[in-house]
Amino acid sequence: MTPSQITDPKISFQNVSRRFGAGDSSFLALDRLSLDIADGEFVTVVGPSGCGKSTAMNIAAGLTDVSDGRVLVDGKGVDGPGPERGVIFQQYALFPWLSVRQNVEFGLRIKGMPAAERKRVSDHFINLVGLSDFADALPKTLSGGMKQRCAIARAYAVNPSILLMDEPFGALDALTRVNMQDQLLDTWTRERRTVIFITHDVDEAVYLANRVIVMAARPGRLHDIIPVDLPYPRTEEIRLSQKFADIRNRVWHAVYHQKPQIEPTIQEEEH
Amino acid sequence: MNTMPAGSQRARSKSLADWPPIILNLIAFAFGIAVWWAITAAKLVVLPGPVDVFQRGVELIMSGQLLIDILSSLRRVLTGFMLGVALAIPVGFLMGWYRVARALIEPYIQFFRMIPPLAVIPLAIVTMGIDEAPKVFVIFLASFLSCVVATYQGVISVDRTLINAARVLGAKDRVIFPRVIIPASTPFILVGVRIGLGSAWATVVAAELIAAQSGLGFRMQQAQLYYDLPTIFVSLISIGILGLLMDRLVQAAERRLTQWQERV
Repeated sequence: MTPSQITDPKISFQNVSRRFGAGDSSFLALDRLSLDIADGEFVTVVGPSGCGKSTAMNIAAGLTDVSDGRVLVDGKGVDGPGPERGVIFQQYALFPWLSVRQNVEFGLRIKGMPAAERKRVSDHFINLVGLSDFADALPKTLSGGMKQRCAIARAYAVNPSILLMDEPFGALDALTRVNMQDQLLDTWTRERRTVIFITHDVDEAVYLANRVIVMAARPGRLHDIIPVDLPYPRTEEIRLSQKFADIRNRVWHAVYHQKPQIEPTIQEEEH
Repeated sequence: MNTMPAGSQRARSKSLADWPPIILNLIAFAFGIAVWWAITAAKLVVLPGPVDVFQRGVELIMSGQLLIDILSSLRRVLTGFMLGVALAIPVGFLMGWYRVARALIEPYIQFFRMIPPLAVIPLAIVTMGIDEAPKVFVIFLASFLSCVVATYQGVISVDRTLINAARVLGAKDRVIFPRVIIPASTPFILVGVRIGLGSAWATVVAAELIAAQSGLGFRMQQAQLYYDLPTIFVSLISIGILGLLMDRLVQAAERRLTQWQERV
């Protein structure tokens, strides 16, 4: 484990622990996670089920409280959700009664942005994710990949400096997934944000990231941090290169050959 | 799903399954009338035949009696139903959103749900007299109880992820409530409204049988005294048709308001 040498981190997890439940049935979902993420960095998080990766993300999003420790964003403690942190959920979480445009404008409306400006902003991001022809469509008419693109546009629209993505492509088929990865990187290159991207797919983790954070389960904790020394833009050539394969192997071993830690826990479910 | 080429299905001789449903509906209807006519014409049962009932129907329509009865029944139903729904929706939301409100209100709802609204009639008559109030009250109760449970179920089953999604986009409770909770639970509420209307309609007729000076139930009760079977039939058929119309209206509203839903 290499201690991070990031000065002035965008997000900083400092000894963050989270215990769910009380008494005998309680379990430690996250055990003293410390991690610094630099501004504009793309970090992926992989690990077995129950490693606390979703818990860590929910804490950063302000949707879950910490039991101990703290999370700092731009040096300030996280207290609930905030507009500087956009979240993208695995199950898209689009409002099914709103059109693509209305979904994208949801956060802007809350901000009280005037209609004309809202339209300009939503046009821009709907176009960015390639959904211009579907701006007035209801989510039920979209494919899984299109729904997730809409969710990405919606998160981008409120102009967050951080994007938290919880297995966003987990529900997509393999082909769509590869496509979405390229599109996400393309979007990220044009509209640079700090990204924390959770996945259980080792290929995806390596392909997208500056650094891959490997976590271990029971209790959920940091296991290893593997830098991905590959240039952007990432291409098919890179995906098929020997260097990619080497890094992928390293991550694979870190994920699938973790030494079991002896700590009895009752529940294995990840929250 | 269908491995046969489309052409080979066409080529098959026309079976009943190929007929448009409306034609089948009409056939079933005509068949029912025919059976009714045959049974009564053969004097198998002492019931009026379709012709007698039709004649009485025309008489009651011409005299304006039927319209008066229908209007007074409808007025009761709609008054009680509107009041019931108007109270059920906020109470249902309260119960779904606030744990405390749920714990305080739910025992009463569950208890009163077990009492058939009609069983309240004797008490309502004693305490509220014999005019409109007891009937409207009983209908109010019937529609309130069926609608409140549906609304509350709707609120508690709103997808947590949608609430979280709104929250991370900057929404506070007072925005989440109108923008997320209400639209997300609309399908449930409308089911509640539909059930509520059904039970309100069932209740009004029964309430009129017991105590009323007008209405479809009252007309049947009078006809019963004079052994006037055709009038009873006309009332029953009117009740059925009106119930069906109201249900279809709510269904149409439901489809319009929830067209965003993914249907399987």
